[in-house]
Amino acid sequence: MKELLGTKGLLLNEPLLWEKGKKGRRGFSLPPRDVGSFPVEKELAGEGPDFPDLSEIDVVRHYTRLSQWNFGVDTGMYPLGSCTMKYNPKTNEKQAGLPGLSGGHPLLPASLSQGGLRLMFELEKHLAEITGMDATTLQPAAGAHGDLTGMLLIHAFHKSKGAQRSKIIIPDTAHGTNPASAVLCGYKPVPVSSNEKGILSVEAISQVVDEDTAGIMITNPNTLGLFEENITEIARMVHSKGGLVYCDGANLNAVMGVVKMGEIGVDVMHLNLHKTFSTPHGGGGPGSGPVCVKNHLEPFLPAPRVVEEGGRYVLSEDYPESVGKVLAFYGNFGVMVKAYSYILSMGPENLKKASQLAVLNANYVKEKLKGTLHLPYDRPCMHECVFSDKYQMTNKVATLDMAKRLMDYGFHPPTVYFPLVVHGAIMVEPTETESMEDLDQFIEAFKAVAKEAQEDPDLLYEAPRNCKVRRLDETTAARKPCLAG
Amino acid sequence: MKEISELILPDDLRYAEDHEWARVEGDRVRVGLDDYAQDQLGDIVFVELPQPGDTFEKGQEFATVESVKAVVECYLPVSGEIVAVNKQLEDSPELMNESSYGDGWMVEVNPKDLSEMDTLMTSTENLERLKGAE
Repeated sequence: MKELLGTKGLLLNEPLLWEKGKKGRRGFSLPPRDVGSFPVEKELAGEGPDFPDLSEIDVVRHYTRLSQWNFGVDTGMYPLGSCTMKYNPKTNEKQAGLPGLSGGHPLLPASLSQGGLRLMFELEKHLAEITGMDATTLQPAAGAHGDLTGMLLIHAFHKSKGAQRSKIIIPDTAHGTNPASAVLCGYKPVPVSSNEKGILSVEAISQVVDEDTAGIMITNPNTLGLFEENITEIARMVHSKGGLVYCDGANLNAVMGVVKMGEIGVDVMHLNLHKTFSTPHGGGGPGSGPVCVKNHLEPFLPAPRVVEEGGRYVLSEDYPESVGKVLAFYGNFGVMVKAYSYILSMGPENLKKASQLAVLNANYVKEKLKGTLHLPYDRPCMHECVFSDKYQMTNKVATLDMAKRLMDYGFHPPTVYFPLVVHGAIMVEPTETESMEDLDQFIEAFKAVAKEAQEDPDLLYEAPRNCKVRRLDETTAARKPCLAG
Repeated sequence: MKEISELILPDDLRYAEDHEWARVEGDRVRVGLDDYAQDQLGDIVFVELPQPGDTFEKGQEFATVESVKAVVECYLPVSGEIVAVNKQLEDSPELMNESSYGDGWMVEVNPKDLSEMDTLMTSTENLERLKGAE
């Protein structure tokens, strides 16, 4: 193993801004006053807001120090399963910062927003092409919101047929947002178990699907990182009963340009621009959860929609069957610019290659670690692989302990305890971002942690040791939350 | 986490598939989560209980329990009307960890059909089932 990534570097403590500074200190000097003083109206006078009195260097050091406590994909590997924490190319930021785009305002008339509208129009087309669907809305603010929008479309579809239905089928590997969205639309989620291979079987679906089934919500690849091989047959069965197929596109990074979702039976799906299309994810910025549909659901898409009229772009409200607005204005525009930048800079061939490399990386990690960690479903995976703590539990070392110890080695922990169908799950999604050397370093680190679990479990119980803060008391934080400084 | 042999599964209770326990107390049935469930969940931090007067069928979701690791739904082991809920859990959800069969009880039910108790597992059956799942 090369030199260990994780070290105990010097990090500086930093108090709250209100605990810093001194009365009267300031970060700027005003020019001498050249107008006479004038009494302020009584209604406008009074105590100002409670701002701390700070110099420029106080502020700069404050935020620089806080930033050094942070860990992001620009710092190191961030293999958080189901989250696709891929690198966000800096060119995306550059494009989003172009004055014509960053200075746009949603209340400007269409005639002064042609560039922004064209970008939205084209991004919708690109996303539809990548997924093999027909039309797109960019409005939803993030993944769960896209989920909900997808369900609203299914609800509107059945309503338009004059025969609302009551059930939505949801596999046990689903993200929690799926049943939540179904319930918000008035549907009853019907859970269905995946089979011994970790995927849905046609038989299991045939037992629950009927004429009262509004649809099924499938994540493909699923949260075990496995491709739902029976999706075409399952979709046919759901369609034959008049139901629709919703695909949760959280895991699209495995199949960009490889699987045409529209051709394998999907009627509606959402995407996460902040996962698959390299826009910041987590604390880095707002998300965006576009929804792509087949033609028969297009009339229900949220309005207003961007339409082209003789080479000009306008916003049209003329969609009488639309489910209406799902977000103020038109969605998180800055995120759209970054995703557009990514798609154009990659091009069709490289988008496909990114997916192929993401899958290759996950399989590499899976094969290299499968003796060290228990692998419940030992078969080729897609963009992520799911291990468990079964081997380490014989020494009473749990997933959480290993996750915390990995931080000492300089890695962000993988997703833990999800999906729920795997006991003590450890879900690794390396993404295409990582080189083979970086993957090897991660694999070596995990092996070292597993060795420690065998030889010196206390090292793991006490982890992390090298981080700015040690293991947090999550229980007290949840039971007796203290939200003030 | 506990080994199967370390689990406490009292003989005077009946157990449901999803690890709820049920105990007949006079004309009521008291319900909670068993030792296996509380151990697997880890520190419980929030419990959402139904209102007295709510009625549920056997197997219907009646409560939600959140721990530091997961959120799970709880299913009522016998049909009936909720006649009491353990209000202490609102401020002290840890009772479900510390005393799963005592102060950590969840609800009391006025059962529709007491014979439903016989459809639930005995302590021995629950233990065998857990061993089988290992």
